[in-house]
Amino acid sequence: MPHESSLASAQENGPVHMRRSAATILAPVLLGLSILGIWELYVDLHGVDPLVLPAPHAMAVQAWNNSGLLWSNFTITAEEVVLGLALALACGFAMAVAIHVWAPIRRAVYPHAVGSQAVPIAVVGVLLCYWWGFGIFPKLFVIALICFFPVVVTTVDGLAAVDPDQLKLLRTLDASRWQAFRFAELPAALPAALSGARIALAVGVIGAYIAETSTPSTGPHAGLGHEITADLTALQTSRAYAATALLFLFAIACFYALSLAERKLAPPTNKP
Amino acid sequence: MEPNISGRSLSAVRLSGVSRAYRDRRGSAVQALINVSLEVPEGSVLAVVGPSGCGKTTLLELICDLQRPDGGLIETQPAVLMPQRDLLLPWLSALDNSGLALRIAGHTRAHTRARARELFAELGLAGFERSRPHELSGGMRQRVAFLRTLLSGKQVLCLDEPFGALDAITRAQMQTWLVQALRHEPRTVMLVTHDVEEAITLADRIAILSPRPGRVIEEIDVELPHPRVRTDAAVIALREQALGTLGQEHAA
Repeated sequence: MPHESSLASAQENGPVHMRRSAATILAPVLLGLSILGIWELYVDLHGVDPLVLPAPHAMAVQAWNNSGLLWSNFTITAEEVVLGLALALACGFAMAVAIHVWAPIRRAVYPHAVGSQAVPIAVVGVLLCYWWGFGIFPKLFVIALICFFPVVVTTVDGLAAVDPDQLKLLRTLDASRWQAFRFAELPAALPAALSGARIALAVGVIGAYIAETSTPSTGPHAGLGHEITADLTALQTSRAYAATALLFLFAIACFYALSLAERKLAPPTNKP
Repeated sequence: MEPNISGRSLSAVRLSGVSRAYRDRRGSAVQALINVSLEVPEGSVLAVVGPSGCGKTTLLELICDLQRPDGGLIETQPAVLMPQRDLLLPWLSALDNSGLALRIAGHTRAHTRARARELFAELGLAGFERSRPHELSGGMRQRVAFLRTLLSGKQVLCLDEPFGALDAITRAQMQTWLVQALRHEPRTVMLVTHDVEEAITLADRIAILSPRPGRVIEEIDVELPHPRVRTDAAVIALREQALGTLGQEHAA
């Protein structure tokens, strides 16, 4: 009986699973620490100028001394990333569905979507500011522009990968186009769409940096991107590195937050 | 076959002079069926036997309105196709897979599950309602697929090699099972198979198709009581007759 066997294996897997999740946290932490150690030794032993490469301990000191400043900039960037990604996912998914459902859209839109990825954001920065001012919206637009593409590509491929026989079956059960989409294509494309979302997430943080540096902002706290650019100009290299470390950690946090959501949204069913 | 009230049996499916060509991958026209005429009385089982590639699947898709004939006439009661592969949706439970047609017809999930659950027990699937397709054996997956076909509520079931992918033992079990299932839920059945023995075991009448382009070269009535045993002399005689027809056509 499959019920019993799957229950039994779930119980056996309990401790193994916990050990595995401890390893998932421990392994990257250990690797990170050893890289920091090598880095520290390299800077100390070679006497590298801190303006070229600050030592990890100097970064830590800077992070500690400027925690308030870094935190307020971080919250701005985090908000941009989260909202920008939401916009990218929504637009990317909608575009993928439109491309899938209607062939003329695919022909017309796809090349331009590809081309849009080559546009240097700084070129349109002024225009965005002319349209929407100094607020958050130009930045969201930039992040969405950078991040929507992987969502479109993976979702379109996922939707197209549905077995044609499956669609034939649904037709013989009198399913409408919408029902075929809802019952077969959408759930089948979900894993691919989520892979696209994960790629988008990984690019989203650097997207926020590009957005902040290529569109003007006002106010004392304009995000970590601004902070980093300003610090580099002011020869505050170790603070720029501390801010970069924050971006690094934030990207990781976003990525795993999505993985968690994914497990809730699409429980693995295809295991043999 | 049983006569209806008016004393003569009604046809659930009637094909007259049906032809169908399709384009292959290289774009050249392939004549799949030529001048096929068939009648399937209501409540009976017609097996369509023929060599592979003789247009059997095309025939079923024509009846299920998934393709249009190039010529000829098709009159049929609402027909539903059970394709060769089970095509169960991996993210739905067995119960929800079997009730797919009801969900499509707009019934609520609760109503659908209740309807499907009744038949689950009847068709020997009780206890597997919540299993995912990958947890089921090949035979059980075919049963769920059959139930999904049945719950569409259509009068004519077009079964395309329903047991083709199963091992010999499971296959024999499933044949017995299908006979019982149809006794519970009488329908008109078009059964496509390349297995003559399966046709004799299950069908009231057998239509033998020629190699492509497919046309009906012989029709054999199987007037034997169920259950039919494959070692029975009458079964063997029919099998030899059918194989003889198929063999002649190959030799010609």
